[in-house]
Amino acid sequence: MNQTVTKTGVSSATLKGLVDHIGLHNLSLMIALIALFVIFGTIRSDVFFSSRNLLNIGLGVAILGVLAISQTTVIVSGGLDISVGSIVGLTTVATAMTIQGTESAGLGLAAGIALGAAAGLMNGLLITYGRINAVIVTLGTMAIFRGFAFILSDGQSISIFDNTFRWIGVGRVFGLPVPIWVLIFVAIAFWVFLHRSIPGRNLYAIGGNPVVARLSGMNLNAYRVSVYVLSGAVAGIAGILLAARTGSGQPISGSQGLELEAITAAFLGGCAMQGGKGTVIGALLGVAIIGVLNNGMILTAVPTFYQMLAKGTLLILAVLLAEYRLNRS
Amino acid sequence: MNQSAFLSVSGLSKSFGVVRALSDVTLDFRAGEVLALVGENGAGKSTLMRLIEGVFAPDTGEIRVDGIVVAFPGPRGAHDKGIRVIHQEPEIVPHMTVGENIYIGHLPKHAGVLLDARQLSRQTARLLADFGMERDLSPDQKCEGLGPAQRQMIEIMRAVHAGGRLVAFDEPTSSLTDEEARRLFTVIRRLRAEGVAVVYISHRLPEIIELADRIAILRDGSLVDVSPAAGASEDSITRKMVGRDLSEMFPIKDPHSSKVVLRVEGMTTDHVTDISFDLRAGEVLGIGGLMGAGRSELAKGLFGFHRRRSGRITLDGVDLPSGDTAAAILAGLGFAPEDRKEEALLLMQSILDNAVLCIPDKVTRGGLFSKGLALGVIGDIARQLAIKAPTLDTPVGRLSGGNQQKVVLARWLARQPKVLILDEPTRGIDVGAKSEIYALIRNLTRAGLGLIVISSEMPELIGLSDRVIVMAGGRITAEFGAEDMTEDRILRAAMPQTAKASLPTEGAA
Repeated sequence: MNQTVTKTGVSSATLKGLVDHIGLHNLSLMIALIALFVIFGTIRSDVFFSSRNLLNIGLGVAILGVLAISQTTVIVSGGLDISVGSIVGLTTVATAMTIQGTESAGLGLAAGIALGAAAGLMNGLLITYGRINAVIVTLGTMAIFRGFAFILSDGQSISIFDNTFRWIGVGRVFGLPVPIWVLIFVAIAFWVFLHRSIPGRNLYAIGGNPVVARLSGMNLNAYRVSVYVLSGAVAGIAGILLAARTGSGQPISGSQGLELEAITAAFLGGCAMQGGKGTVIGALLGVAIIGVLNNGMILTAVPTFYQMLAKGTLLILAVLLAEYRLNRS
Repeated sequence: MNQSAFLSVSGLSKSFGVVRALSDVTLDFRAGEVLALVGENGAGKSTLMRLIEGVFAPDTGEIRVDGIVVAFPGPRGAHDKGIRVIHQEPEIVPHMTVGENIYIGHLPKHAGVLLDARQLSRQTARLLADFGMERDLSPDQKCEGLGPAQRQMIEIMRAVHAGGRLVAFDEPTSSLTDEEARRLFTVIRRLRAEGVAVVYISHRLPEIIELADRIAILRDGSLVDVSPAAGASEDSITRKMVGRDLSEMFPIKDPHSSKVVLRVEGMTTDHVTDISFDLRAGEVLGIGGLMGAGRSELAKGLFGFHRRRSGRITLDGVDLPSGDTAAAILAGLGFAPEDRKEEALLLMQSILDNAVLCIPDKVTRGGLFSKGLALGVIGDIARQLAIKAPTLDTPVGRLSGGNQQKVVLARWLARQPKVLILDEPTRGIDVGAKSEIYALIRNLTRAGLGLIVISSEMPELIGLSDRVIVMAGGRITAEFGAEDMTEDRILRAAMPQTAKASLPTEGAA
C-alpha cells in the first residue's frame, strides 16, 4: 500500500494472478466439487460418470439453478425470499389450469411468469412500504402462496397434455435438455445484470450499506420492490420448467423445500447474511455441489431422512463459513 | 531518572503483506521513566506496542527483558513479565464490583473456594488510597455506568497490583475531560516514582511535553528521533513527525465571485429549524457548533436525505425537491458525510467501485458498465489526489483514514458538482493528508465551486472559511465574516441558549 496508484487491473498470468481472478472462494468450491466427484465416482464407478447420470444431475439442478441465481440477487440487495418454493408450486398450478382452459402454451407461459411476478410484488410492497422484516414477510407469504395453490387446484394434480409446452421440460437442443438451456440463458442474463449493468451493480451498494446508497442518489424503495418482483418472476419460470417436466401442475410435490436448497446454494456461493456480496458464478457452483450431493446420496442409497439431515446441515455450514470469511477480512 | 532499561528492542521489523509497518526500530524502555511515542496515524506506534505486548511476533529483531532475549507466545507471556497495555476501551465486567474487577483472577479466598469479600474490600481500599483515587472509586460499587476515566483507572490498578513493570497507555486522554486527564497524569507520575517504565502514546503534543521524560518519534515505520522532552516544542515535534514544515497548512483565501450558487430559504426538517443562507461560487462557508447542534442534519436536509417540512432550496437556479438525493446530485450538489465508514464507503468493495457510484452516465457504454471507461475517469483523479494503494481494485476497507477520505472526494470530483458539502473532512486523518485536503479545498474554490465545510476543529474552521455560520439547537445562531471570526465568538454563539445566560462576560475564557 506504499506506492501511489500507477498500474491497475489484473496482473500477469502468475498462479496468484489466476487465483485472484477466479477468486479464492470460487476456487475452493471447485475443489469441493471435484472431491465430491471423486468420492461418488469411486463408490459408484459403475453409473456415476455415465452420460445419462451426468445429464440427470444437470436436469436436477436446472430448476434449482435459476432459483439460486435470483435468490443471490435478493440476498445481495440485503433481503431474503423464502417464499420461492411456494411460488413455484403456485405457478405450476396456474400454468396447468391456464393451458387446460385455453389450450394455449403461450398463455400458460405468460400466466406462470405474470403470477410469479405478482406474488413477488406482494412480497416487495409488504417489505418495503409495510416495513416488515423480509424473513417474516416471505415466511407468511410462503404459507399464503402454498394455500392458494391448494385452493386453486383443490389439492389435485392437474395434467398438461400440450406437447409444445411439454417440450420445454423434455425436449433437447443440440443434445442438451431444454431446461439446461434455460438455466444457461438465465445465468448469462443475470451475470450481465448483476455485474455489468448499473442497476445490478447498485444492488451491491444497497445491500452493502443502504445509507451510502441513498447518499449516492439511489431510490432504495424502487430497487427493493423490483428485486422481489424479479425473484417472483424467476420463480414463475422455475414453475414452468417443473410443470413441463412433470406434465402437471401440483400444489406441493416437486416444489417443496426448493427455497432451502436455493438459499443454501446462494450462501455456499459466497453471499453474506447482511447483503452486498454474492456472484452468479458462485451460485452456480453452489448449485452444482448440491446437485452432485443429492444425486450421489441417492446412488449410494442414503435413506431419505438422512438426506434431509444433510441438507439442513449444509445450509448452516454454508452460512457459518460465510460469516467466518466476513469476520476474517 | 534514566537507569537501566527494563525492556529494550533492537532491529525490530514487521510487515503485513506488502506494507512495512515497522522497520529496524531500536529503543530502550527504562524503569522510572515516561517515554512518549508519537507519530502520525499509521506511523507504526500501534504495531510497536503489539509486538511488545506479544500479539504479533516480529519478522526480524529481538526483544529483551532485563537484558534477556524473550519471545512471547502471546499476550499471556508478556503479562507474566509485567508488561501491560492500557487500551482505550478497557474490558470491565459491568455487574461486578470495582474490587472484583481489579483483582479478577487473583481474588482473595476463604479456604481456597469462597470469596473473601471483606479482605477484597480492604485491599482495594488500600490500593485506591495509595494512588489517590479513593474519591473516584469505592471498592464495593458496581461497575455499571462508570465513565471512561474510571474504567481506565480500574485497568491501571489491575496492571499495578499484579506487579506491572511496564505500563503502556494508548491515547488515554482521548475520551477524558481536562480534569480527568490531570488526575491521570498524577497517577502516571506516581507509577514513574514507583520505578515503572511508562509508555505514553498520544496525539496531544502539549500533554506529551508536560508529562514525558523522553520523546520517541516514528515516521513511516521508522524511528526518526529519540530525545529528551526538556527543550522540545510542538513545532519541533510536528516537523519531525511529518518530515517538513507545516507553517503553510492553510492555503491563502482568494477573493470569490458574488454570484450566488446555492440559496437556502427557511428550510425546516425534523432536525433543523428555519435555516436560511446564501453560498457564492468560489466561497468556503464554514459551519461551526457543538456536537448535536444540527450541523450534519443541515447537510442531510440540503442533500435530500432528510425530508423537508418547509422552505426552499435553489441550486444554480434549479429548485431542489424534498427528500430526493438523486435530484440533488443531478442538480450539482455533492456531500461527503462525517462518518466515512458508516455513511460514505462500501468497505468490502474496491476503490474503483466506490468512486464510480455517482457517475453511472460516465462509465457506461451501450448501457453496460465499462471498466475501461471507469479506469480512465477515476485513474486520473486518483493520481491527482495521490491515493496510496496497490491498485484501484484494492478494497477501501484496507486503506488508511486519509486515503479513504480521498476515495470519497474522488467520487465527488468525478461528478463535478457545483456545490460540495464536506462534513468533518479531516476527522481521524493524519497531518500530512490534512494539509493535502486543505489545498484541494482551495483548488476547488478556484475552479468556482461553492464549498460548505462543517468542522469541530476551530483552527480548521477559521483557517479555511471565508465566512462562518454557527449553529445551536438546530438553528443558525450567528454569522461571522473573515474579519470577525474568532474562536471565542464562535464558541459563544455555539452554546445552547440556556447555558448562555450563565456565561461570564467576553474575554474571560
